[in-house]
Amino acid sequence: MSETKVENGKITEYMGKRVFDFMRWRKLAAALSIAMVVASITALAMNGLQFGLDFTGGTQIEVAYEQAPNVESVRDQLDLAGFEGASAVRFGSDNEILIKLPPEVAEAQTQISARDEKASQTIGDKVVEVLRQNSDGAVELRRVEMVGPQVGEELRDDGGLGMLFALAVVMAYVALRFQYKFSFGAVTALAHDVIIVLGFFALFKLDFDLTVLAAVLAVIGYSLNDTIVVADRIRENFRKVRKASTEEIINISISQTLGRTFMTSFTTLLVLWALQFFGGELIHNFSLALIVGVVVGTYSSIYVAANVLMFLKITKEDMMPPVKEGAELEEMP
Amino acid sequence: MNRYPLWKYLLILAVAALGFLYAAPNLYAPDPAVQISGQSSAMTVGQGVLERAQKALDDAGIAYFGGEVQDKAVLLRLKSIEEQLPAKRAIQEALGHSEYVVALNLASTTPDWLANMGASPMKLGLDLAGGVHFLMEVDTNTIVKTNMEGYAQDVKAKLRAAKARYRSVELVDEREIVARFRSEELRDLAVSTMRKEFPQLQLTESGSGDNLIVRATLSDQEVKQLEDYAVTQNLTTLRNRVNELGVAEPIVQRQGRNRIVVELPGVQDTAEAKRIIGKTANLEFRMEARPDTLVTNKEYFEYRDERQRQMYGGAWLERKVIIKGDRVTDARVGYDESGFPQVNITLDSRGGELMHRATWKNVGRRMGTLFIESRFVPQARTDEQGNEVIVQQRTDDKKIISLATVQSALGRQFRITGLDSPAEAQELALLLRAGALAAPMYFVEERVIGPSLGADNIEVGVTSVQIGLLAVVICMLLFYRVFGLAANLALLVNMILLVAVMSIIGATLTLPGIAGIVLTVGMAVDANVLIFSRIREELRNGMSPQMAISAGFDNAYSTIVDANITTLIVAVILYAIGSGPVQGFAVTLSIGILTSMFSAIMGTRALINLFYGGRRVQKLWI
Repeated sequence: MSETKVENGKITEYMGKRVFDFMRWRKLAAALSIAMVVASITALAMNGLQFGLDFTGGTQIEVAYEQAPNVESVRDQLDLAGFEGASAVRFGSDNEILIKLPPEVAEAQTQISARDEKASQTIGDKVVEVLRQNSDGAVELRRVEMVGPQVGEELRDDGGLGMLFALAVVMAYVALRFQYKFSFGAVTALAHDVIIVLGFFALFKLDFDLTVLAAVLAVIGYSLNDTIVVADRIRENFRKVRKASTEEIINISISQTLGRTFMTSFTTLLVLWALQFFGGELIHNFSLALIVGVVVGTYSSIYVAANVLMFLKITKEDMMPPVKEGAELEEMP
Repeated sequence: MNRYPLWKYLLILAVAALGFLYAAPNLYAPDPAVQISGQSSAMTVGQGVLERAQKALDDAGIAYFGGEVQDKAVLLRLKSIEEQLPAKRAIQEALGHSEYVVALNLASTTPDWLANMGASPMKLGLDLAGGVHFLMEVDTNTIVKTNMEGYAQDVKAKLRAAKARYRSVELVDEREIVARFRSEELRDLAVSTMRKEFPQLQLTESGSGDNLIVRATLSDQEVKQLEDYAVTQNLTTLRNRVNELGVAEPIVQRQGRNRIVVELPGVQDTAEAKRIIGKTANLEFRMEARPDTLVTNKEYFEYRDERQRQMYGGAWLERKVIIKGDRVTDARVGYDESGFPQVNITLDSRGGELMHRATWKNVGRRMGTLFIESRFVPQARTDEQGNEVIVQQRTDDKKIISLATVQSALGRQFRITGLDSPAEAQELALLLRAGALAAPMYFVEERVIGPSLGADNIEVGVTSVQIGLLAVVICMLLFYRVFGLAANLALLVNMILLVAVMSIIGATLTLPGIAGIVLTVGMAVDANVLIFSRIREELRNGMSPQMAISAGFDNAYSTIVDANITTLIVAVILYAIGSGPVQGFAVTLSIGILTSMFSAIMGTRALINLFYGGRRVQKLWI
């Protein structure tokens, strides 16, 4: 049987499988990617990331009422009690309220030196006391988180460094396992995904906390996974398919892995939806970041990584295995 | 073809079975329990205590079962979790507060034969179990400053003694002692004196004419030692205090250069926790009362040590306190010239002055050291509305730990001799140190998770794992039929292995950790998807079914390894930079990747081989 089917000078079928002409749209895709990245960076520059408590420091108190309270009045109660700049929002259900206090309040609280025994009442207790006095039913303290500003700053630095370090290590691994052009492709795709996820969070002013940072790093892992599967196939096809242009090889490879790409993205999205709908408020943004990341990651493994390979003019010679001499002999006509 | 040798099947079966065994303890819900242990670690708690505790519960009408005497503690299981607090109170009242700590605990219900194999359930993180988390920063600058102040005083004294007349000696920037001299000779004399007396100080000379300067600083190494000492000392003190709280499995750990993490699972009363963690000054130095001292000016205290108490009972001490424990900066065991043990005590500069003032006219009298243990005793009170509320009542328990004759006027550094054994000296030094924090601490992070939120988190976590798993299983069945079934079985084995490995290595499960498990479910099938789509491809290329299976597995292998290793790298970095919950995510993700490689490649292959291998196959249900 014939290996390839050619129409209008392009391979349209390879090994009995339809080959989609992905690279035909590559300029459009590049424009789209650049537009999204620019939009993300703009959003980041305009809005900045709404860093969560982990990074800014401050205090968060989650309380549960018996009946749904009036959020406005909760805010007023706190204001009257001297907690200036307190914010209150519903959290999860109608009965639960999340109160945020600015870092200065937390700062005052942390100055409890070891020699002071009186200041032992925690800020959470104080807030709940105020709320209880103003409420008919019981008010339950669900969670208190107080983070000093200096801790937050350190976490922010560590997080940023970690992300850069992850990208660098991954780049080195891909360069070692494949070839440096692939590692440019992979890292461009990863940076693309990370920037868009961050941009998404900036655009919609979503809280960016430690779990979201974890999600962003997981996106790096996931998107890389996808990119490598495609890259692996491109490498294989460069060695196997004869008489095909780089563009055709890339088209063939993406077409071959397309089923797998969609299937894996789909199962991953399934579990992420489960997490988002049933996983509770605390990991809501975590799953959201991953969902955005998986969608963008799937797109970028098709269009961004391969696009960079085209741009760098990857050739068959780049893909010759350096040590395996037998393989070259086999390919002799 | 496509047949595994028997040993491979057996190996996979054995791994799965072992995984199941070690994951099994997680299926047994723990019993609520109370745990009774001694105040000091040397105390053993035995059958007698158990019987007294059981009687207390009988009297209070609280149902219990399965009392057991463990290594150093006694465990009593309760029928319901609501009765934990009343039970704790009843037992604590019956046993008294001075000798025993009663803590809430969860007793494992793992069957003995499993426990004997070393199997135990996963630990739950604070976000699932409820409890408090504190991160404290030790203010190490203070200890350096205190030390330098002391040196400045000592330098003055030694220079005076050596007749190296100085214009001034002062502390600059809390870290540097600057001494000024009028002439070269005086400065040289001062330098040689300081070299001899304070080898730990680094000296630099400068200045000219009649303004000659010697600057003395501590070496970086010395500063680091001081800081280390402060942090370790605070750590020890915190451990002692946390033990007072009666928490079943507290964590008190150093984190980084100058931070300490305290995690108290199950603790709800944060105010109490903070009060106990943050308290100090539980040492007092007082002179022994003269026989003619008025009763209003003296107090009688017992010895803390049981042997001494039996021999001497106690002693009358003056009411006036010379100094308190917060002036003690160090207390270490040492040996005198003839090899007898002693305890060397260092005070801060103000403490030294006070001590000197109190002792220089009292040589020959005895000075007593009191050790004060504060306990918070819950007491029932009735508030204005007539409700019964529990109030934590603080009681101070003061006992003598040392009563020694003052041999000469004491200063910043002195020693207690006449101790019987090195062990006694060790104990005394520990007690002297336990009183005070070496440096002040600040709470830089505080997290409290209520028990209801913890329970909710477990519930949402379990629900999302179940739903995610179900969705993926259905999806795989629809897409790959028989092969999907094999992948689903492998996925199940993967989950069991993941839980087993986490239980074995004692990893802590957190909410992000559960998210990691869910993500693993989604990604673990990726290996199978890769293999199966490859098999389909090979079939389309016209390969025979058996050939296609074999080629599919072989060709997908390197891709799977590459993809997983990179994800693993990211997970490891995540672990390294993350803290608490994020590390939980990284741990489950990495373990999930490793177990999925085993189950998805070997496990699925075994099942497929078992089903299709070694027979004529016309069509694959894929």
